[in-house]
Amino acid sequence: MAISRRAIVLAAGAVLLALVPPVAGLLNQPFYVDLFRRMMIFAIAALSLDLILGYGGMVSFGHAAYLGIGAYAVGILAFYGVDNGFLQWSVAVAASAVAALVIGAISIRTSGVYFIMITLAFTQMLYYLGISLETYGGDNGMPLRTRSQFAGLVDLRNPSAFYYLVLALLVLFLVLGRRLVDARFGRVIRAARSNEPRARAIGFSPFRYKLAAFVLAGGACGLAGALLANQTEYLTPDFMHWTRSGEIMFMVILGGMGTLFGPVLGAVVLLGLEDVLSALTEHWQIILGPFLVVVVLFAKRGLFGLVEGEVPRDG
Amino acid sequence: MAEPLVAVRGLSKSFGGLRATDRVDLDVEDGETHAIIGPNGAGKTTLIGQLAGDLRPDAGTTRFAGQDVTSLDAPARSRLGLARSFQITSIFPDFSALDNVALAVQAHSGSSFRFWRPARAERELREPALAVLDGVGLGARADVLAATLAHGEQRQLEIAMALATRPRLLLLDEPVAGMGLEETQRMVRLLSTLKRRLTIVLVEHDMDAVFTLADRISVMVYGRIIATGSPEGVRSNAEVRRAYLGEGTPP
Repeated sequence: MAISRRAIVLAAGAVLLALVPPVAGLLNQPFYVDLFRRMMIFAIAALSLDLILGYGGMVSFGHAAYLGIGAYAVGILAFYGVDNGFLQWSVAVAASAVAALVIGAISIRTSGVYFIMITLAFTQMLYYLGISLETYGGDNGMPLRTRSQFAGLVDLRNPSAFYYLVLALLVLFLVLGRRLVDARFGRVIRAARSNEPRARAIGFSPFRYKLAAFVLAGGACGLAGALLANQTEYLTPDFMHWTRSGEIMFMVILGGMGTLFGPVLGAVVLLGLEDVLSALTEHWQIILGPFLVVVVLFAKRGLFGLVEGEVPRDG
Repeated sequence: MAEPLVAVRGLSKSFGGLRATDRVDLDVEDGETHAIIGPNGAGKTTLIGQLAGDLRPDAGTTRFAGQDVTSLDAPARSRLGLARSFQITSIFPDFSALDNVALAVQAHSGSSFRFWRPARAERELREPALAVLDGVGLGARADVLAATLAHGEQRQLEIAMALATRPRLLLLDEPVAGMGLEETQRMVRLLSTLKRRLTIVLVEHDMDAVFTLADRISVMVYGRIIATGSPEGVRSNAEVRRAYLGEGTPP
């Protein structure tokens, strides 16, 4: 039965992720804690994009903007000596949400190629803004003075503690996201993606719901940005480069759009392959490229569709 | 006499050089079934689009239920009690039949800014949706994916979605187009049961359906309404016969 198979896949995934720090410890390979933490941070970014891309049908080609805003919020506050994580991360989420509100309010009035181009343009603006901020390192970026402080609750300098915090946040976002897409709100954005004129004819004004989803996704990705700044302990405008937006979108498509769990798998597989292949050859992208093409061509519902098996699509 | 439910005055809409509707005046009385007939390209679908709020008129006003709705868009008009079906079937293909109707109920039942409770578990959405689906004869097909319903069933589903918004006015754009004889008869029977409970504006080419259902008929040619009257009156109107009925469909 498909539902139980999904449950098994998800439980296995959660257990495997939870086992990474002890196993890495046993193997004396602390590097893997770092790698998998990075995967989960991008998984949060990718699942936030899936909300608007997979469920809302909004092909945002600028999701890295919120990653950058979240990271810079943490970095700039730390630069001025504000190390309190609660404050830093709240600012990261709020600033990203406000940016998403502005970008969304303008771009959601368009659709198709125009929507893609406008979201891309805004992100490029932010990228060049980052480059021009000489105080914060310009295009070289700057190191994070210190990881966010949580008043003794969690110590992010402890790799495992940081790891489990990221895992907990990932699970939290998966649960929240799952509830949201099945609740009234999620059904409206899915209906608008399915057939917008019909949604309008039965009395929905899709704009406000799509904008709200855009803002939620931006805020969630902002938190991923705050995590990423702590992960790399360095921030650079490259976080907002358009290739980064493309990478996040690829995680979503590779894993399976409109599934929330798929993008998590997509992030793990993409970053994992990058790590394995780049150790083999300098030209690892020559191997990665065809692999991605094959998945997109032959797995309609992405990798998650393959692991999960056939599930009838339902409303 | 009470104000008509719909009062259209001087409604015009041009697409480039083409005047799709040209100073249309139309009154639809509360409770009547008002058919609009006319040759292809007469502007009937444009008129439906303007009544529904999808197309902004270049000129003219529309009043609905005593209120000027000229500047209101489609969602706002839906909330005032105006529902429609489309000329080309328009449903949510990747939702079940029941979910299609439940969405229409949801749009008219409180806020949709609810993020936690699964909508499927909400009885206040599910039960009215099931009742409406039963009413149009699709009760047994509730859990079928809308995309896989037969053409006639999809058209019935569209009627169900419209009814689920509890409208005062139903705009139907060629509800039996593309249907076989049996499907057409089933649809006409369904629409007969809705007559009087609702006000209906019906655009249709099937003259049997029109003369079975309509209380009054307006004839539209080149963007203008050239005649309005009882079915018998329209049938015998010389100008109408020349402009439309004479073109092939014997009255």
